[in-house]
Amino acid sequence: MAAPPSFLWTRRIFLTALTVFVLLPVYVMLSSSLKPLEDVSDKFQWIPSGLTLRPYADIWETVPLADYFVNSLIVSGAATVCSVVIAVFAAYAVSRYDFRGKRVFTVTVLSTQMFPGILFLLPLFLIYVNIGSATGIALFGSRGGLILTYLTFSLPFSIWMLIGYFDSIPRDLDEAAKVDGCGPIGALFRVIVPAAVPGIVAVAVYAFMTAWGEVLFASVMTNDTTRTLAVGLQGYSTLNDVYWNQIMAASLVVSVPVVAGFLLLQRYLVAGLTAGAVK
Amino acid sequence: MTTTAVSRHDRSGPGTKRRQDRPGAKRTTRRSGRLRHISLPYLLLLPALLLELLVHLVPMLMGIVMSFKELTQFYLSNWSAAPWAGLDNFRIAVDFDAPIGEALLKSFLTTCLFTVCSVGLCWLIGTAAAVFLQEKFRGRGLLRTLFLVPYALPVYAAVITWVFMFQRDNGLVNHVLHDQLGIGDNPAFWLVGDNAFWALLTVSVWKGWPFAFLTLMAGLQNIPRDMYEAAALDGAGVWKQIRHITLPSLRPVNQVLVLVLFLWTFNDFNTPFVLFGKAAPESADLISLHIYQSSFQTWNFGTGSAMSVLLLLFLLVVTGVYLLVTSRGKKAKARA
Repeated sequence: MAAPPSFLWTRRIFLTALTVFVLLPVYVMLSSSLKPLEDVSDKFQWIPSGLTLRPYADIWETVPLADYFVNSLIVSGAATVCSVVIAVFAAYAVSRYDFRGKRVFTVTVLSTQMFPGILFLLPLFLIYVNIGSATGIALFGSRGGLILTYLTFSLPFSIWMLIGYFDSIPRDLDEAAKVDGCGPIGALFRVIVPAAVPGIVAVAVYAFMTAWGEVLFASVMTNDTTRTLAVGLQGYSTLNDVYWNQIMAASLVVSVPVVAGFLLLQRYLVAGLTAGAVK
Repeated sequence: MTTTAVSRHDRSGPGTKRRQDRPGAKRTTRRSGRLRHISLPYLLLLPALLLELLVHLVPMLMGIVMSFKELTQFYLSNWSAAPWAGLDNFRIAVDFDAPIGEALLKSFLTTCLFTVCSVGLCWLIGTAAAVFLQEKFRGRGLLRTLFLVPYALPVYAAVITWVFMFQRDNGLVNHVLHDQLGIGDNPAFWLVGDNAFWALLTVSVWKGWPFAFLTLMAGLQNIPRDMYEAAALDGAGVWKQIRHITLPSLRPVNQVLVLVLFLWTFNDFNTPFVLFGKAAPESADLISLHIYQSSFQTWNFGTGSAMSVLLLLFLLVVTGVYLLVTSRGKKAKARA
């Protein structure tokens, strides 16, 4: 199909402008992370006059970035694993069974998406504190509390997406597995899960990103030892100085794991969205 | 459990409709299998349900109860002991002549304007990008990947970079606008005053449009190729094909997309929180941050909860109306 010049030129101009818009902050992040402090405190320069790797060494000293990194990894990793497993079970039930309350369940789960986070911040804080004083299980200030909170953030979207994905897998497949002697759980793990890998990967990526990027609950519910990157990054601005070069270096470092993982798995994400959320 | 099932079954005698030709042991496994079959979906849902209850529903109900209480910092350790306030908190929130209500109304209107602009732009850019990247050409794969970068970056890392770019003296924005293009007599402030609205909108669109792009790209894959081929045979050019095939085919995707974008943008806390800190300038005081800030400033969590409940009611109404309108559209289409 031959596209007319009007289409080609519009496309060229639009895509160029959009690329510049998208990459501008990435360029600023990268170039500023390689500048000495005098340079980032002065007027912005497109082309750095001097390059240094110092900020990348200093970021670990100025704040305990490694500790925050470990905290974020543990919290996001655990939240992702739990959320994916729970979402797979729930989506399987909704996709393959008819039962009383099915509609109520899906509508309730979906509608939690529209709750303003601010509405349940304080109640949740009170619940965690009360559970802590009643049972001794430290939810407030601990990684456990944050994991518990985060895994529910991605849960509605994950369940919703997986229901669509599971629905697109022919029922004949699990019927065949049952004929071969699999129970319902066997059919889930031997047939549905392998066939739904793209959807499950997409959900896992989404869950990890949600947890890795959350700010509000991380800033209210963590203490010195459980602080995550989302809060820890604020430590580079002191009363005297804002270490912009270090902030940019640290931002880049904390972004690398999610961006790399995301870009590697984005094929699956599109495939997952196609079968799930879109239908 | 198994034995009782057997004995009960045996006692039921010849009148039952169960197949009698099978040996008893076999029958029991079938029977408990059936029981499991009925309760299995509930078992599978249990973890999700418990978590939703603990982290979303119970706190939400608590929040609603709190909105009827005079909950100040003195009652935080024992919130249920706080005295009832009846509808006072709601009265304070909607008293638009008094400072608290007036600020809430202003923040609400700002959020509405902001959400409409942000969702509109995200949708527009996302649609254009998805349509332009539908056909294969050199560099398509690379652009596709690049365009997802804002979505993949953690909010705080991305937004803090924008904070740096919006700095008055050492930021890129003023360097380009003031130093290089010569706009304005003095470098502008971007994160305070009226400009803050535009700064927030820019960041929000930058961060949000790739989700629209991703969803719409997925939607485009569901359009059968032969529709385009048939249109091309009829002599329809690219622009006509986009108008008459691509855009109408995306309608169901768009209905979900716009609703999700609306809810996320309206409730967004992270972006303004990282961009402005705890207190946003008036021009960009989004409602989530406003409620958070006013609750912790006055330590009156009852009023804060009442504001959140009003916000939730508003979102419920909007979502309900939206779903009603779009499903009516669907029905009309089905009838036609």
